[in-house]
Amino acid sequence: MTLPFAMTAPLRIAPLPLIEHATRLVFAQVIQQHPDLFDRLGEHADKRYAFVPTDLPLGFLIEPSVRRISVHRKPHLPSADACMAGTFVLLLALLEGQIDGDAVFFSRSLTITGDMEAMLALRNALDDCNIDLPADIARMSGPFAPLVRRAATEIRTRALSGEAARWN
Amino acid sequence: MELICPAGTPAAFREAVDAGADAVYCGFRDETNARNFPGLNFSREELKTAIAYARRHKVMTFVAINTFMRAGQEKLWHDAVDDAVRLGADAVILADFGLMAYTAERHPQQRLHVSVQASASNADAVKFLVETFGAKRVVLPRILTIPDIARLARQISCEIEVFVFGGLCVMAEGRCSLSSYATGKSPNMNGVCSPASHVRYREDGSELVSELGDYTINRFPAGEAAGYPTLCKGRFDIAEERGYAFEDPVSLDVMDHIDALREAGVGALKIEGRQRGKAYVAEVVSVMRRAVSADASERPALLSRLRRLSEGQKTTSGAYEKRWR
Repeated sequence: MTLPFAMTAPLRIAPLPLIEHATRLVFAQVIQQHPDLFDRLGEHADKRYAFVPTDLPLGFLIEPSVRRISVHRKPHLPSADACMAGTFVLLLALLEGQIDGDAVFFSRSLTITGDMEAMLALRNALDDCNIDLPADIARMSGPFAPLVRRAATEIRTRALSGEAARWN
Repeated sequence: MELICPAGTPAAFREAVDAGADAVYCGFRDETNARNFPGLNFSREELKTAIAYARRHKVMTFVAINTFMRAGQEKLWHDAVDDAVRLGADAVILADFGLMAYTAERHPQQRLHVSVQASASNADAVKFLVETFGAKRVVLPRILTIPDIARLARQISCEIEVFVFGGLCVMAEGRCSLSSYATGKSPNMNGVCSPASHVRYREDGSELVSELGDYTINRFPAGEAAGYPTLCKGRFDIAEERGYAFEDPVSLDVMDHIDALREAGVGALKIEGRQRGKAYVAEVVSVMRRAVSADASERPALLSRLRRLSEGQKTTSGAYEKRWR
């Protein structure tokens, strides 16, 4: 599923520090809920991983060794050891292990460049962690947690219905 | 017939159990198993937890220790066997005769399966392993036809397991040196075929180029499904033609032949894919579970959706139904 322009347009004008702040809050929450997320990386923990949603004007850089994520506007993406590119929904589905990375790679829906060993290690680490973004985001929402979780789960179900049916 | 399912991580292991596996096979996080990929496989503690989970669901756990020992480094493999036995593995899957001897001597009660990597493909080879090391089951190489399997089954006394779905090795397994030739590492000695450390994918115009070490393996035009960067499925220039010299980038699927395999004497069907994600494991195992008990007429519809998960998004019956090009 490619995000429609109307959904991504606000990201073109929203201040980058604001987007990055929100992203870091979610990232911190995921790390807190899955403290062993990067254990499987081994020697690849100090590599830099870029995730580039093809339907967003942004790219994300993850540095596991310092538990940091940064957001960058295209085309000014920093260098990375390994890079994964695909639609935003596809990348989120891979983050949660909802779809099989090899299958979407075979289909050419996903592009991986750079250090394959590092990216493979990260893929396997993510796959084993059972990340549940609606649940993780809901935990940040205080008294609105049940509401946020229901809404986020519904959005995920709708977004993934196409992807999961295609690849799983 | 038993359904033997892959797991590269504890999460995939639980998916396989929940989806209906009779047994799950997995390996330790080192070069003692033939899927020694970064971020994959089990620590001792993870295996202990996985075996307990499987037992609660009446599912067996097989531990693959199916690479060949290096002289002077045997302890790594011996420890793997000792730990698998100690943790309660229902079977160890071995390829190295020396390791089989060690296991038979030290752990005579441990159930021993002959790995596909042992390349035991004829009655004499299988009988030797059964009589010498007490092997209870042989996983046959993917180079035999179904009539070959039926003939073999009549001559041996152990159980037979065959691969029915997933990645397809077209070479003599446990003997193939193609990956070693290109990278210095092989599935036999290091547990890696086309190790990720030597793999590069790059875009060249509209083409996706896959490279292994210093070799270009393939160039996929826009819109063409991609495959793994293995030499046996590379596209090469030969004489005046460009094409696949050994095999296309395809996966194995012989689920159409379940009944014939059963009649041939096969007792266990194995799914390849310890390197795949838990979503793959969940989907493939649940579909295969239904397919095994379904009528033959219902299987094609069940299995058709699995093609999208396959390498090159195409499947083949491989040598089971040999049709040389």
